[in-house]
Amino acid sequence: MIRRLLSVLHARNLEFLRDRGTLVFTLLLPVMLVIGMGFVFGGPQRPLFKVGLLGGPSERQAHPFLSERYVEFISLPQQGEALRKLTHQQLDLLLDLHSPERYWVNTDSPKGYIVEKLLLAAEPAAVREPVTGAAVRYVDWLFPGILGMNMMFSCLFGVGYVVLRYRKSGFLKRLHATPLTAFEFLSAQVLSRLALILFITVMLYAGIGAIIGFHSAGSLPLLALVGVVGALSMIALGLTIAARFSSEELVGGLLNVLTWPMMLLSGIWFSLEGSPRWVQWVAHVFPLTHVLDSARAVMLDGAGLAQIAPNLLYLAATALAFLAFGAWSFRWRID
Amino acid sequence: MSAPILEVRDLVKEYPATTAVAGVSFSVPEGACFGLLGPNGAGKTTTIEIMEGILPPTAGEVRYRGEPLGARFREEAGILFQRTALQDFLTVRQCIALFRGLYTHGLDVDEIIRLCALEKLAGRDARKLSGGQQQRLLLAIALVNDPTVLFLDEPTTGLDPQARRNFWELVQSIKARRKTIILTTHYMEEAELLCDEVAIMDRGRIIAQGTPRRLLHDHFAEVLLELPRQEFPPAARALPLNIIDASDRVEISTHDLEATLRTLLEARVPLSHLRIRPGNLEDLFLELTGKELRP
Repeated sequence: MIRRLLSVLHARNLEFLRDRGTLVFTLLLPVMLVIGMGFVFGGPQRPLFKVGLLGGPSERQAHPFLSERYVEFISLPQQGEALRKLTHQQLDLLLDLHSPERYWVNTDSPKGYIVEKLLLAAEPAAVREPVTGAAVRYVDWLFPGILGMNMMFSCLFGVGYVVLRYRKSGFLKRLHATPLTAFEFLSAQVLSRLALILFITVMLYAGIGAIIGFHSAGSLPLLALVGVVGALSMIALGLTIAARFSSEELVGGLLNVLTWPMMLLSGIWFSLEGSPRWVQWVAHVFPLTHVLDSARAVMLDGAGLAQIAPNLLYLAATALAFLAFGAWSFRWRID
Repeated sequence: MSAPILEVRDLVKEYPATTAVAGVSFSVPEGACFGLLGPNGAGKTTTIEIMEGILPPTAGEVRYRGEPLGARFREEAGILFQRTALQDFLTVRQCIALFRGLYTHGLDVDEIIRLCALEKLAGRDARKLSGGQQQRLLLAIALVNDPTVLFLDEPTTGLDPQARRNFWELVQSIKARRKTIILTTHYMEEAELLCDEVAIMDRGRIIAQGTPRRLLHDHFAEVLLELPRQEFPPAARALPLNIIDASDRVEISTHDLEATLRTLLEARVPLSHLRIRPGNLEDLFLELTGKELRP
């Protein structure tokens, strides 16, 4: 079994590496995207202070600071989440409206320093709680999204169209006449694509990380584990689509039906915080959402294995389920 | 003859709109070359693909060494389909190595390359081979597991005469190694040269079966006289002869050669370009399956 699997794996790797056009395009597209996004979004932020508020609308009346101009006040229900945003300088200051008045300020933030002066001028008795943390630029937040998006397209379209091409050309029919099983064939496709995706993702991570000056807050081996399990899940999803059908239009349509909602709802471009609950529920069905949530938790917050374990388990379970379904429904030839 | 290596029993394959195979039975002795002949749409390819284990039959069964087709058959069968695409960007050697890796036992890659005369092409991109070279590569792939039974589905269709003869020589060298060969073809010359036994199929059924010599003896005892069409006077068409119009010639089928020649001489038909030949498989094939164009 291993010998047959390795034979198919080796041949598929050779085929991909010698297809120069596809290889160059696979590498070039995400690089161009990130540089473009960095150029568009990496510039100076708008001259506006953002202050988070803990407390209900009834407690707002008593605070003269809340009438300051050029300050955006944002109500936040969770203190933990609010502090995380302050640490990443997504907020300049966090104010607790409950009595006694407390506020948190990021001492590493220049804007925090200025908005603190405004607060103390209005409310000199407020109690100070300092936090520290470097700013998370949009491009840093976008970076895992771009890596995940590239991974998603490569997993779904790369594998899906390859299997479809093999079926249409009759190559699968020829393989069917050998002792090779559907599970062995599909496993070889998964491993081949996985190796290529990991190689490309590591190259992109190193290259683009150097260009934009990004440093992961968390463990790189843990990040690699997220990449492996996430890619496995999405490759296996692509195989379920390609397992049966022989029409390029149909497979292309089905892959688009999968990729576009993931593009919009998995949090590649913007956070889904504040979106309707049903949207968040749908988003959490997609493997890409779990890849990005766990990758951002590791890369931006320095999360450990325990914190992202639910995401990893979901990805591993879906990878196995998709692969089993793909092997069960696999067709070698066009009927 | 040795015991059958393959037995086909009451094979039926139905599709929603048609019955491709309508109850076919035969057996193939070990070491024999068995030919399935028939016009396009006769059911040859469907029959051979069921025998290869690629298509499931609607009814009936195929047994290999007395057992239903299974893992042993897959390990010991070599197959050359009518049309096969290989993986892109692989050399001839890499294509052979890929398939060699799918079998537990088999020949060394270099030995296969030598056997199929592919030494000079081993490093070439498989997509850049000519038709004849491509068929040699596909035959090499069919031989990677040193098969006991080899299926060849119309292996020389589309090849030029030189490439076809070259391929026949390869198949004869494989036959000499005591391999069982199942061959479908509509080239009667190919069947006469390579096959020990043939079955002629039409409309999903076997309409004649036996050795080529036996079939010709049983079905086609006449000799054929061939004359150029432009030298055959229109008045001679009224003669009491079995006259068959071919494309550029007139054929006369007869049991009594001397009497036919006398009739032609008396009618002053020019005989300087006369050719006399015995009936061959092609004549038998046309007689059994008809000459009309099939839809």
